[in-house]
Amino acid sequence: MMMSIQKKSTHGSDNFSGLAKSILMDMYKYMVKSRVLEERLIKIYRAGESFFWIGGPGEEAWGVPLGMLAKKGQGPKYDYLHLHYRCSPTLVAMGLDMLSSVRLMMNRSTDRSTGGRNFSNHFCIPEWNIAPVTSPLEVQYPIACGTAHVQKRTKGSQAITIVTGGDAGTAEGDFASSLILASRKNQELPMLITVQNNKWGISTHYEGQHGETFIADRAKAFNIKSQVINANDPVESYIAIQESMDYIRKTGKPAFIEAMVSRLYGHSSASGANPIADEIDPVKEFERRLIKADLLSLSDAKNIWEEYEREGIKAAEQARTEPVPQAESIWDHTYADNENADWRKF
Amino acid sequence: MANMAQAIRMALHYAETNYELKDIFGQDVGAPLGGVFTATQGLKTTWNSTLDERGIIGMAMGIAMAGDRCVAEIQFADYIFNTIDLLKIAGNTLWCTNGQYNLPMTVMTPVGAGIRGSVYHSHSFDAWASRLAGWKVVMPSNPLDAYGLLLSCIKDPNPCLFLKPKALMRVRGEELIPGEPTDEKELKNMIDAPIGDRSKWKAKWPEVSEYLVPFGKGKITRAGDQITVVSYGRHLLLCNEVADQLKTEGYSVEVVDLRSIYPYDWSLIKTSVEKTGRVIFVNEDTEVTNFGEHLAYRVVQELFYHLLARPQVIAGKNVPGIGLHPHLEDASVPQKHDIEKAIREVCAEVP
Ligand SMILES: Cc1ncc(C[n+]2csc(CCOP(=O)(O)OP(=O)(O)O)c2C)c(N)n1
Repeated sequence: MMMSIQKKSTHGSDNFSGLAKSILMDMYKYMVKSRVLEERLIKIYRAGESFFWIGGPGEEAWGVPLGMLAKKGQGPKYDYLHLHYRCSPTLVAMGLDMLSSVRLMMNRSTDRSTGGRNFSNHFCIPEWNIAPVTSPLEVQYPIACGTAHVQKRTKGSQAITIVTGGDAGTAEGDFASSLILASRKNQELPMLITVQNNKWGISTHYEGQHGETFIADRAKAFNIKSQVINANDPVESYIAIQESMDYIRKTGKPAFIEAMVSRLYGHSSASGANPIADEIDPVKEFERRLIKADLLSLSDAKNIWEEYEREGIKAAEQARTEPVPQAESIWDHTYADNENADWRKF
Repeated sequence: MANMAQAIRMALHYAETNYELKDIFGQDVGAPLGGVFTATQGLKTTWNSTLDERGIIGMAMGIAMAGDRCVAEIQFADYIFNTIDLLKIAGNTLWCTNGQYNLPMTVMTPVGAGIRGSVYHSHSFDAWASRLAGWKVVMPSNPLDAYGLLLSCIKDPNPCLFLKPKALMRVRGEELIPGEPTDEKELKNMIDAPIGDRSKWKAKWPEVSEYLVPFGKGKITRAGDQITVVSYGRHLLLCNEVADQLKTEGYSVEVVDLRSIYPYDWSLIKTSVEKTGRVIFVNEDTEVTNFGEHLAYRVVQELFYHLLARPQVIAGKNVPGIGLHPHLEDASVPQKHDIEKAIREVCAEVP
């Protein structure tokens, strides 16, 4: 009796900024699914079934709300997303199935993003306006300005362009290029420019590389509406993203979010992909909060984790049986319509 | 007869009107200047970009990704080098996405020496460009080809690089662009922006029509049977002049204007070299890992037993820059006498 009263009163004091239960539960499920998926990818790497892993564990509380709020579809009337390699949570929230991610991880020819040509989490999904993820850091920022430019002149839509990237990459000139291009007077671009600050490059720490107090301050210099958020809290992320998106859709002007996030398995498989103990785990935190607020039971939580675990195992089993790209395909898609690109055949 | 700058302008006008070209942009590309070589004056969709080459190329890629056609200009090829990884990405996007995202974008940039442009207005880019897989690369030697190649670039679903030989921007051709008025003065009055206040000026476009020079199709500009000279851009004209000059001495030189650097017209080169047994490749990019070397390699591999002499590549010296003083420039990039000397040497070689 005491217990339940306590629980109820805690629920009362945490109103999750007024977000509906259905949104909270969707967020939770997508966050768990993303985590289980990434941990599955790491297992695939450890089993020697893939060459490299890089991904997004630790960014779920940022990426999931972003994916839930994006206007999904193809063409300039829908939001464009120029993402980087830690954005699996965003895509999971947009409806990505595990098999698609696992196929990419295992370089199968069935991989819908690259046909087995590129690394894990280098997604490309034109049907959802997911621009190809590239390995060179920061190039997505000026490219994003181009899709936003087209959206600005597209009538009858309030679609925006979203761009993401890490903190260390903001030292590249391309980051500054995008702030400048997005904020030219009377030619502002409808863009949500974001940085996920996990305080790390690969092994180089944030401290020691930055003179600015916040990366977000750089956006302020261009009169871009800008904020820093604790993106280990999905509720805070959801509210901030929603509010920024509303502003961009209404004004046609850019907004900036610096999202403070965790990095839970280090940089990539190149640095071991081992769990890091001293960072906040946003999925576990949110789960605890939901349980405390009586919105989730321990057994439901367990079932959700297990369900996704099964999906991950099944996806890996399936991908294992699927074909891989063949040598003769190297010339394919060098040019549109598979026009010959091999000079030996000119 | 239009000069090359006017031909480019007319092609852009044609594409704005007929190909849904939506953006022509770059540094000083829009009003009032209309480009440092005046090639973008009077057009509807031009705009001035920020002074940021990576911003320009990145933006072009994004515009293309969203499905619109654009022509982006890098003011001088000398300043394209800081965009090279973006150019690589533009070239590999279709491939990396397994055929899902093509980028129908054109980048144009003035190249080469010949205007006493010193170290940073003389760079060539053809050899570099030939290493950008996924791009189509062209370089015209006359206004009509400039018109036809630029329209092919804008129409193409792939990223295309249009290299403009800057020394030829004011040079007139021998053939009219379809629809171009025959009177040069009339054309000038119609489409050249006036000196001084241009705020009220509007171009009056002639009724030009579609004319496409296909990719990978070269052209024989001088017929001959003793030696083949393969070139493009500014040096093509020098090769023509040398061929004409040597003709008076009885030499029979076949000059091939490659026009497309990638894809290139191998069958034209092959047919010509099978006939002449002698070949030189002429361009002004630096000589080590030059595009002409690739062609010479292929000639040696595939046509070795047709050859009567060793092929030669006449190219820019492998020096860090082209110096301002004419002695320096002339010693750095091939001159007429270099071409002439090579032709005499190769023709004199006895197997
Ligand atoms: C242009 C470029 N330089 C270097 C690298 C190699 N590299 C890959 S990730 C990385 C660190 C990136 O750190 P940050 O931008 O903070 O993003 P995070 O990986 O921490 O999310 C580096 C140096 C690269 N991919 N691209």
